[in-house]
Amino acid sequence: MSLDTTDSPELANGAEGGLILASTDDRQRIVPAIEFRDVHLAFDDLVVLDGVSFTVRRGVAKIVLGGSGSGKSTIINLILGLLKPDSGQIFIDGEDITEYTEVEMMAVRKKIGMVFQEGALFDSLSVYENVAYRLHEERVDEEEVEQEVTRMLRFVDLEDAIDKMPIELSGGMRRRVGIARALVGNPSIVLFDEPTAGLDPPTARTICELAIKLRDLEDVSSIFVTHEMNNLDYLSSEYAIVDENGHVLFEQEGERLCLINTEVIMLRRGKLIFSGKDEQLRKSNDPYIHRFIRGK
Amino acid sequence: MNPFKKFLFELQEISALLGRAIKGLGSRPRYFSELVLQMDQIGVGSLAIIVLTGFFTGGVLILQAYPTLEYYGAQSQAGQGVATTLIRELGPVLCALMVAGRVGSAISAELGSMVVSQQIDAMRALGTSPIKKLVTPRIAALIIALPLLTVAADIFGLLGGGIVANQLYALPASTYMSSVRAGVDIDDVVGGIIKPIVFGLIIGTVACYKGLNTSGGTVGVGRSTTSAVVQASINVIIADFFLSKILQTIFDTTLF
Repeated sequence: MSLDTTDSPELANGAEGGLILASTDDRQRIVPAIEFRDVHLAFDDLVVLDGVSFTVRRGVAKIVLGGSGSGKSTIINLILGLLKPDSGQIFIDGEDITEYTEVEMMAVRKKIGMVFQEGALFDSLSVYENVAYRLHEERVDEEEVEQEVTRMLRFVDLEDAIDKMPIELSGGMRRRVGIARALVGNPSIVLFDEPTAGLDPPTARTICELAIKLRDLEDVSSIFVTHEMNNLDYLSSEYAIVDENGHVLFEQEGERLCLINTEVIMLRRGKLIFSGKDEQLRKSNDPYIHRFIRGK
Repeated sequence: MNPFKKFLFELQEISALLGRAIKGLGSRPRYFSELVLQMDQIGVGSLAIIVLTGFFTGGVLILQAYPTLEYYGAQSQAGQGVATTLIRELGPVLCALMVAGRVGSAISAELGSMVVSQQIDAMRALGTSPIKKLVTPRIAALIIALPLLTVAADIFGLLGGGIVANQLYALPASTYMSSVRAGVDIDDVVGGIIKPIVFGLIIGTVACYKGLNTSGGTVGVGRSTTSAVVQASINVIIADFFLSKILQTIFDTTLF
């Protein structure tokens, strides 16, 4: 069973029985990394999002499930400011970005890493240049860029591909380079837009492991948009730890004490039809959810 | 949307894109290396076809005009006719049409492919403005490179005309050259430079707009590429008419 790590209370019991204020860091953790408040969006007559509200707390992976055209990817585009809602509010780290201009959004996007469905690597740039893109834009010293790129490629286990061009990479490798590129600059929020679509099961598993590592070892808040139930299984039943030798291990829930910060929301035709834990989702009596989970 | 509304909407969107591209020049970061790269691809990359176009256009002008001029005993004016036609009209317009075909299509296809493969979204997500990074350098490169290419087309056009006049019609080179000098004044040269600046602006803006507004996958890329070339070419020809009229009024140059 998943144990939820609730946010730190603003007030905590003092050592001598009194109440003391929690530290600034604790208070900041209470502010959700992402918050949607009654967001509506329509393209002409097509309603894409209809009153969607949810929060993503710090260090939590929020899995967004739903069929094709349910509005999953739209949520990500709204967070990045690539689309604007018709009504409602969107908050990033407590900051209302709903009416932000493109220039204002540039600063917000620095906190966010984005992993696109097909990787969206720049064709004309090598793997090194793709991963280093953000740092090159910020005119960071080349020595520092090299170190950071190597570190990120090591994280996604693709150090050998550093000099390759995107066209030479397989689908899974492209996604992993996309993840490395998204993680440069240590963003506190990472958005995954169907990162395992069209991949073979072992590669899809590798991508999920990277998401788990980010959640459990890097304290990253993430949104993981998917329609594949395997992803939900991995992300809600496994956690990452580092052993004495510094190796990352993935353990099944229940092997030891585990605190899995994974929540699920489900969309259908732009409406939020479920929000909760994976166990609650599996127990849901909603016929659509039932059919979605079992595929029949 | 009816065609007139669509036209107005596109005009508004293209103007807005141009406005943002110009605004992009005034703030950091500036992509100077991207500008140089684009100038190389647009300018140096188009030089061969521009030189060939200019050379053979000058040649064919003499080929067609010389017998008529000879009939009226005005063959010594052949250079003047070629120079005026090339520098005022054919040089800028043919050059712009060639560049619209070669560069306009390439820009539209490149940006369109980036849109459908989410590279433009990725760029925005990584905190870079695609207008500053992609649009501004391309338009600026076209504005700088097209006048230079036009000058090259003019020079090689005059050379082609001279070779045809000398080799096919035995017109002395000195007669041809003095006729060219007599036919061209500074107003023609200035007008011949102003036109490609405006044409560069039109080709760059239309191609970038079409590329960035690509939808419908790879089929959409093909559609926006075709549309970019057609619209840029038509706009160049329409703009040429109005520019010619404006330049005639300013420089008072309606005759040779």
